[in-house]
Amino acid sequence: MNIVVCVKRTPDTETRIRLGEDGASIDPSGVKFIISPYDEFAIEAALQVKEAAGEGEVVLLSMGNDETQETLRQGLAMGADRAVLLKGESGVDGLAVAKALSAELEGMESSLILFGMKGADMDQQQVGPMAATLLGLPCVTGVSGFEMGDGKVTCRREVEGGTEVLEMDLPGVITLTKGKFEPRYASLKGIMAAKRKPLDQKEAQGGESRLVIRKLAYPPERPAGRIVGEGAEVAGELVRLLREEAKAL
Amino acid sequence: MGDVLAVVEQREGTIRGISNEVVSAAAGVAAGLGGSVHALLVGGTGMSSQAAVLGRFGAEKVRVAEMDALSGYHPQGYAQVVADAVRSGDYGAVMFGATAQGKDLAPRVAALLDLPLASDVTSLEVEDGSVVAERPVFAGKAFSTITFQASPALLSIRPNVFQAEEAPAEGTAEPYAPDGVDPSSWGVRVMEFQATGSGAKDVAEASIVVSGGRGMKGPENWGVLEELRDALGSDAALGASRAAVDADWRPHSEQVGQTGKTVAPKLYFAVGISGAIQHMAGMRTSGTIVAVNKDPDAPIFQVADYGIVGDLFDVVPALAEEIRALKAGD
Ligand SMILES: Cc1cc2nc3c(=O)[nH]c(=O)nc-3n(C[C@H](O)[C@H](O)[C@H](O)COP(=O)(O)OP(=O)(O)OC[C@H]3O[C@@H](n4cnc5c(N)ncnc54)[C@H](O)[C@@H]3O)c2cc1C
Ligand SMILES: Nc1ncnc2c1ncn2[C@@H]1O[C@H](COP(=O)(O)O)[C@@H](O)[C@H]1O
Repeated sequence: MNIVVCVKRTPDTETRIRLGEDGASIDPSGVKFIISPYDEFAIEAALQVKEAAGEGEVVLLSMGNDETQETLRQGLAMGADRAVLLKGESGVDGLAVAKALSAELEGMESSLILFGMKGADMDQQQVGPMAATLLGLPCVTGVSGFEMGDGKVTCRREVEGGTEVLEMDLPGVITLTKGKFEPRYASLKGIMAAKRKPLDQKEAQGGESRLVIRKLAYPPERPAGRIVGEGAEVAGELVRLLREEAKAL
Repeated sequence: MGDVLAVVEQREGTIRGISNEVVSAAAGVAAGLGGSVHALLVGGTGMSSQAAVLGRFGAEKVRVAEMDALSGYHPQGYAQVVADAVRSGDYGAVMFGATAQGKDLAPRVAALLDLPLASDVTSLEVEDGSVVAERPVFAGKAFSTITFQASPALLSIRPNVFQAEEAPAEGTAEPYAPDGVDPSSWGVRVMEFQATGSGAKDVAEASIVVSGGRGMKGPENWGVLEELRDALGSDAALGASRAAVDADWRPHSEQVGQTGKTVAPKLYFAVGISGAIQHMAGMRTSGTIVAVNKDPDAPIFQVADYGIVGDLFDVVPALAEEIRALKAGD
């Protein structure tokens, strides 16, 4: 059972974002980069499938810059077997990224391809189902847990008012949300071993980006709020303000 | 080139509220492009009887793809039908709601049509005949202004951000049976639906959200929040911080924040939530934010429009009581 996990290098969610001088990008200096949180769930899920099966290979695939090697090593330290880096610019146009990834995925012969549901940078939430569509594979998005079956996989996704259980034929694509896959920490041994694991690099064969970020700005400041008061006594005053001032009730 | 296709949503044969927002936002774009709005509704046979409502918000015509196999949402089937509809018109923009369904569907349509997609857009303009979209990035820590180098512009709009405004148009229903839809080729089957009974309304789409955090102390105390939600009416839904979800007090479908849902309701209550950056990422574009916390220095008070410092177990029941009294007087 070979599983490919597509991972993206993104700023740490704690990071303060500072805008770059061109007004259309962020200033990367001082920013800590990590594996996008949802992609860590995907790596964990892949490792658990491999461990349960007692065989197979977990391959990480990423499109990004040179520094992305470091991100892939982090994933290898968690326990993935090898990694492929497609060198290129991974920007806001998810379709351009999906084209590069699927061009590589075509030749990888994996039965299961995992994505994060959303990258913690552009928040586009699109590359997984786009790549699946380009590859002509079935895809279930926003999965919180799954079990492998014979030639198929049973996925659970949380939707309004309940949990949906779906069966998907393999090969297929799953995008993961937070669920039962709690990402493991890399052990010291894992970190040492990761240094020797294969990490192939090649130029990305993708499409051109056709979305342009013309401007990046800080979010509009919220007008300073106020403390209405202390304790249950001020509940009436708050409700009055919500109705008369905020017009929210 | 100037028409806009508004892809709308139904569930169990009823058109969903987000559809009015999509049609209304599409009307704004169509005015800028000098075209009109066509709504596209996919559903089971008989769906077209509901088309008229979309006319109220500006749809000139409502194309209704009717097929029993499409009465419920099936990604591949819906994507194929929507892509075909886009090809058969002369559209300058195609718009979806960034709901759970829209976020699953739009990327597939984009891939079928080989067009880039801007997701979760919060503001739209037409400049010199081209669509310009604004959307949050880095979990709302920045806003990007995006232009498209392909046409039609594909985008999904964040729920609750664009107002559904009445702008009566023809709303002529044009039912048709879509071609070449083959359920046996989809490779995905819905096996079961396990109802949790937890709020039927999705927290990402509700216009009022009542969220609880670690300060709630345990799942047995959620009755306090349910009472507030019920007082607020049927547009209100429950949310939760990650601390509450990680403790298994609440399902992940209710989590608000970076690794949960992004919400932008008219009114957001943060109860016993400290206001970590990853939580704020999910709710900072809400209309009015109310915080209840016993710690006056909790960071949540920095984004809250109104705060009450105090024990939530005293404050929240009092709030519910006051709101019930207010509504009784309406
Ligand atoms: C990669 C990553 C992703 C994350 N994603 C998310 C996410 O999607 N959503 C999210 O919410 N968090 C997320 N977090 C976690 C986040 O950092 C915080 O840990 C979490 O939001 C804290 O939840 P909380 O505010 O409920 O708990 P706490 O921070 O413990 O706050 C509890 C609050 O309740 C108050 N309180 C206690 N008792 C009472 C009482 N009786 N009356 C009134 N107030 C009371 C306290 O004063 C305190 O302010 C993420 C973290 C990481 C690293
Ligand atoms: N440059 C990339 N390289 C590899 N995988 C990516 C890349 N960009 C996005 N992905 C995958 O697609 C998912 C969704 O990303 P996005 O559509 O950008 O929100 C991520 O969680 C990754 O699994």
